[in-house]
Amino acid sequence: MSKPVVATTSLAGCFGCHMSLLDIDERILDLIELVEFNKSPIDDIKTFTKECDIGIIEGGCCNSENVHVLKEFRKHCKTLVVIGECGRTGGLPAMRNNNASITECLEEAYLNCVSVQANDEKIIPNDDELPMILDRVYPCNEVVKIDYFLPGCAPRADLIWNALVALVTGDEMNLPYEVVKYD
Amino acid sequence: MDNHKSQKSFVADGNHCSCDCSSLHTILAKYDNDSSRLMDILIAVQEKAGCIQEKAVKEIAKALNLSKVDVEQTLSFYHFFSDGAKADYAVYLNDSVVAEMMGREDIAKTFEEEVGVTFGKISEDGKIGLFNTSCIGMNDQEPAAIINQRVFTKLTPEKVRKIVIEMKNGKSIDDIVGSNVENNIKKQGPILTKDIEVGEGLKKAVEMKPETLIEEVRQSNLRGRGGAGFPTAMKWKFCREAAGDKHFVMCNADEGEPGTFKDRVILTERPEMVFEGMAIAGYAIGAEEGILYLRYEYKYMQSFLENVLQEMRSKKLLGENIFGKFNFDIRIQFGGGAYVCGEESALIESAEGKRGEPRDRPPFPVVKGYMQQPTSVNNVETLSAVVKIINKGAKWYRSLGTIDSTGTKLMSISGDCEKPGVYEMEWGFTVNDILQMVGAKDVQAVQIGGPSGNCVNPAQFNRKVAYEDLSTGGAIIIIGKERDLLKDVVLNFTNFFIEESCGSCVPCRAMTVQYRNRLEKILRGNGVAKDIEAMLEWEKVMKTNRCGLGHSAANPILTTIQNFRELYDAKLQKDTDYVSEFNLEAAVQESCKAAGRQPNLGGE
Amino acid sequence: MSMVIITINGKEFSAKTGEMVVDVARKNGIYIPTLCNMEGVIPQGSCRICTCLIDGRTMAACTTPVSHRMNVETNNAELEKIRTTIVELLFAEGNHYCPTCERSGNCDLQALAYRFNVLVSQFKQIFPTRNVDAKNPKILIDHNRCIQCKRCIRRMGGSGKPAWFSFKDRGHKVKVNIDHELTADFTDEMAQKAMDTCPVGAILKKEKGFDVPIGRRKYDTEPIGTEIEKEGAKL
Ligand SMILES: Cc1cc2nc3c(=O)[nH]c(=O)nc-3n(C[C@H](O)[C@H](O)[C@H](O)COP(=O)(O)O)c2cc1C
Ligand code: SF4
Ligand code: SF4
Repeated sequence: MSKPVVATTSLAGCFGCHMSLLDIDERILDLIELVEFNKSPIDDIKTFTKECDIGIIEGGCCNSENVHVLKEFRKHCKTLVVIGECGRTGGLPAMRNNNASITECLEEAYLNCVSVQANDEKIIPNDDELPMILDRVYPCNEVVKIDYFLPGCAPRADLIWNALVALVTGDEMNLPYEVVKYD
Repeated sequence: MDNHKSQKSFVADGNHCSCDCSSLHTILAKYDNDSSRLMDILIAVQEKAGCIQEKAVKEIAKALNLSKVDVEQTLSFYHFFSDGAKADYAVYLNDSVVAEMMGREDIAKTFEEEVGVTFGKISEDGKIGLFNTSCIGMNDQEPAAIINQRVFTKLTPEKVRKIVIEMKNGKSIDDIVGSNVENNIKKQGPILTKDIEVGEGLKKAVEMKPETLIEEVRQSNLRGRGGAGFPTAMKWKFCREAAGDKHFVMCNADEGEPGTFKDRVILTERPEMVFEGMAIAGYAIGAEEGILYLRYEYKYMQSFLENVLQEMRSKKLLGENIFGKFNFDIRIQFGGGAYVCGEESALIESAEGKRGEPRDRPPFPVVKGYMQQPTSVNNVETLSAVVKIINKGAKWYRSLGTIDSTGTKLMSISGDCEKPGVYEMEWGFTVNDILQMVGAKDVQAVQIGGPSGNCVNPAQFNRKVAYEDLSTGGAIIIIGKERDLLKDVVLNFTNFFIEESCGSCVPCRAMTVQYRNRLEKILRGNGVAKDIEAMLEWEKVMKTNRCGLGHSAANPILTTIQNFRELYDAKLQKDTDYVSEFNLEAAVQESCKAAGRQPNLGGE
Repeated sequence: MSMVIITINGKEFSAKTGEMVVDVARKNGIYIPTLCNMEGVIPQGSCRICTCLIDGRTMAACTTPVSHRMNVETNNAELEKIRTTIVELLFAEGNHYCPTCERSGNCDLQALAYRFNVLVSQFKQIFPTRNVDAKNPKILIDHNRCIQCKRCIRRMGGSGKPAWFSFKDRGHKVKVNIDHELTADFTDEMAQKAMDTCPVGAILKKEKGFDVPIGRRKYDTEPIGTEIEKEGAKL
C-alpha cells in the first residue's frame, strides 16, 4: 500500500503551528516513514503534484491569496485539518475584526502610524500582484468545509502527533486533556 | 441588523437637556426621594426635558442615595428613556408584523421624506425624531405611531404629511388632528356587557368571608388570562396564606405580546370593573394597596384612568373603610417600554424602580413579591371576570365555555381579515370559527397567542382554542396566502425577542441571535438540512432559560418548522451539508477602495 | 434549621432546608458545572450551565433550593450537550482571543470548554465591537471578554448600598458598567478581589500579570471540577 500523502500550508498565521509540528522531535523520522509529503513548506513543494489524503492548514484567511490556497487545499485533499487558533477562530490577526475597519487598519499601517516615515506620496500598497486584503479575517471554516480542528497557539506537538497518527492509521483520535488547549 | 429602537445612541448637536434643577427637585420631592419610585422619577424627567442627561442622573442618584450606575441600569433598560438626544416630537412608529402588513413601509418612507432624516435619527433642528418601536397595542388600526404619548392610528401618507407640517409649525401635540384610538369591539359577551352597576360585585364580595370568596372563584374554575393560565383562586389562596407585613395586588396591564390589545379596550370601556376587580382581589388576599402596572404605550390613558379612580374614591369604592369592611387604594405605575416587564416578577422589579429583570423562582411573587411582600399579579381581564363571577355566581360562569376552560375569552384579532377587533368568545371555538367570523379568506397561517404562541397551518384550523388545546392570552394574527411567512412574520418575531430579552440568561440573550442568523442564512438560500436539525436541537437549551420569554423566544421558528416544514425545505440546498457564504468580491471591496486599486478576481 | 433528604444521582444525602442544590452537591463531592455561581455569593441563575434534571424538569441547580425527597440528576448526555452549547454560545458572543488573555489557563469559561472537549464552536463568531475600560487606577475591564455573569455586580460593594458595578442596556447589548467615582480609591485588595470574582479575563488587576507559567496554571493539567470530584471519591 502506498503511503498517505500529506500537504501543509500556513495562511494568516505565524508559522508557529508548523514549528510545533517540527517539535515532535525525533518522531519526525517515524512520520516520514508513515506519510509522504506533497505541497508543504517542509519540503518546499510549491504546488500540488498529486491528490492528497490529508491537508494541514495553519492560519485563517486575511487576504485573497489565503482564500485561493485554502480552496486549492479543499480541492486536492480528502481531509482538511486546521491546526491552531488562527485557522480555528481567526486568532490574533482577527483582533482587527472587532476593533477597526480595514480602511482604518490600512491607513494606520501605511499613512498615520508614528513609524511611517518615507511614504510621502501617501500610498497604500496597490500593486496588482499583491493579494487583496479581506474586510475581516475569516476562520477557515467560514470559507471551506473543515473536517478536524486542533486547537492551540500553537497546538501542542503531542496533539498534532496523536491526531495525525490517528488519521493516518484510522485509529480513534485520542486527545489527552493536557494537550488540548486554546493557548 | 441594526435596529434603531431607542434614542440612546444618538446625540443631536445643540440639544441640551432642559430639566433645570428646580423642576428636578420638585419631581424628586413628589416621590419623597424614594428609590423605589425611580421609574416615576425617570418618566417625569423624560417628559419634562425630553431626555435624562448625565447631570440629571447624578442629581437623581444623590437624592435617592444610589450610585450613578444604579440609576443608569434602570434608565438604559427601557426604550422610551433617552440619555442623550431629545426631539420636541419623538415619533415612535410600530414595526410589528401587522403594522408591516398594513402598509408601514409607505408610512415610514413618508415620514423620512417629510422630516428629512432616516429612522433612528433626529432632524437637525432637533424638532422631530423618528424611531421604531415594538407592537403598541393598536393592531386593529395599523399603521400607528406614538408621538409624545399621543397615539395616531390608521396612518396614511396623506395624514403623515399633515402631521409633519403641524409638528414643524410647533403645534401642541394635543391639537394635532389624527390622534384617535378606536375600541373596535366586534363581539360583546358577558364580561364586556354592562349589566351591573359599578360596585355591585365588590359589595357582594365583602359580604363574604375572604376564604368563601376565594372558594367561589375556585368553583368558577377561572384561570389567569395573561397567558399562563394559572388558577386564580389558587394564586389568591397562596398569597393570602403567605406571611408578610403587607400584601399587594398588582394588575398586569403591560400587554406587550404583539397582537394583543384587549386589555386596552377593557381599560377604556370598563375601567371601573378592572379597579373593582383589584379591590375584590385585595379583600381576598388581605391587601390594602393595589398597583395597576400600565405599559408606557398607553400613557395617553393616564388622566382618564386617574379620573375614574378619583370618582371611585368619591363613591367610597376605593379608599378607607370600603363598605365598612376594609381599606384599599390603587396607584398607577407606568412602565418605560419593555415587553419582558409583562412577566410578573419583572413587572414587580420594574414597579420597584429597577431593571425589568425576571427573578429566580422560588420564591414566587405570592410569597415574596412587591417589596418582598406577598403579591398577587393578575391580568386585567382576569380581574374583570372576577367581578362578574362574584356578581352572578360561579355556577353561572361554569356554564360558559368548556369544562377545562370555563367562561369567555377576549380575543384580539388582527392581520389579513375584514373585521379586526376585540371579540369576546366562549372558550371552545375553533380557529375556523374565528376565520369565518372575522371575514378572513385565503389564509396561509394563523398565529395563535402572539409570537410566543403557535403558528398553525390550515390542516389545524379545526383545532379548539382553549387551555386544553391551543392555549392563548388572546392574540390572533391572521396571515394571508400572499405573505412570505418566514421573512415577513417569523423573522420579524425573532427580531422582536432579540430586542426584548432582558439579557440575563445566556441562551435567551445569545441563542436568539444565533436563531436569527441561521434563519437568515436559510432565507438567503444557503441553508442545509443540518441547520434545521440544529435549530430543533437548540430548543432544549432555550428551555433552560429563567423565564417565559426565553422559553418561547424560539417558538416562531420552532412552530413553523413543525407546521410549515415545506417552506423551509424549499429553500434548502440539497445533497450537501456545508455551504460557504464567503464572498470574495464583497470581502475585498473595501480594502481595494482604500488602496485605490481594481479588485482582481481572476477566475475565483 | 430543619433537614431534608434528597437524592442526587441515585444516592441519598441530607441537606439543610434553604440550601441550593448546587451547594449540596458540591459538599458531597458531586460537581455540577457552573459559571455565574460563586460560593458565598447570592446566586442568580444567568448562565444556565448548572441546569440539572430536578424531579424530571430542567432547572438551574444554583437557584433551586432543596426540598424533601427531591430527586436530582446532575449529568447525562443531553445535559452535557446543553452545557456545551452554552459554552459555545459564549465564545461566539464575545471576543475571546485566548492566546492574548492573561487569564488563559485560569479561566472558568475556557476550562469548561476543555472539560467538554470543545474543539470548535458550532456557532460562527459574531466579533462584536466592544471596548476596554481602563479608567480605574487599579483594574481594567475588558468588555470583549465579559460573559455578563454578574458576579462582580453581586460580590463587589455591599448589598443595599449604592452599587459599584451594575448592568447597562438589555438583551445582547447588555454590559457591565462600573461607577468610576465610587471605585476611584480602590485598594490593591479590592482590585484583587474584583479580579478573583471574575470567572474570565474581563476584570484584570493592573501592573502585574502572566505570573504563573504555562503548565502550572489552574486548569493546565486537570479539568475544572476535579477537586470536588476527588473529595467525592474519598467519601
Ligand atoms: C415575557 C412575558 C410577558 C408577559 N406579558 C404579560 C402581559 O402583558 N400581561 C399579562 O397579564 N401577563 C403577561 N405575562 C404573564 C404574567 O407573567 C403572569 O402570568 C400574569 O400576569 C398573571 O396573571 P393571570 O394569572 O391573571 O394571567 C407575561 C409573561 C411573560 C413570560
Ligand atoms: S429568559 Fe430571557 S427575558 Fe427571561 S430572565 Fe432570562 S434573559 Fe431575561
Ligand atoms: S466583568 Fe467578569 S464578573 Fe463581571 S459580569 Fe463580566 S464576566 Fe462576570
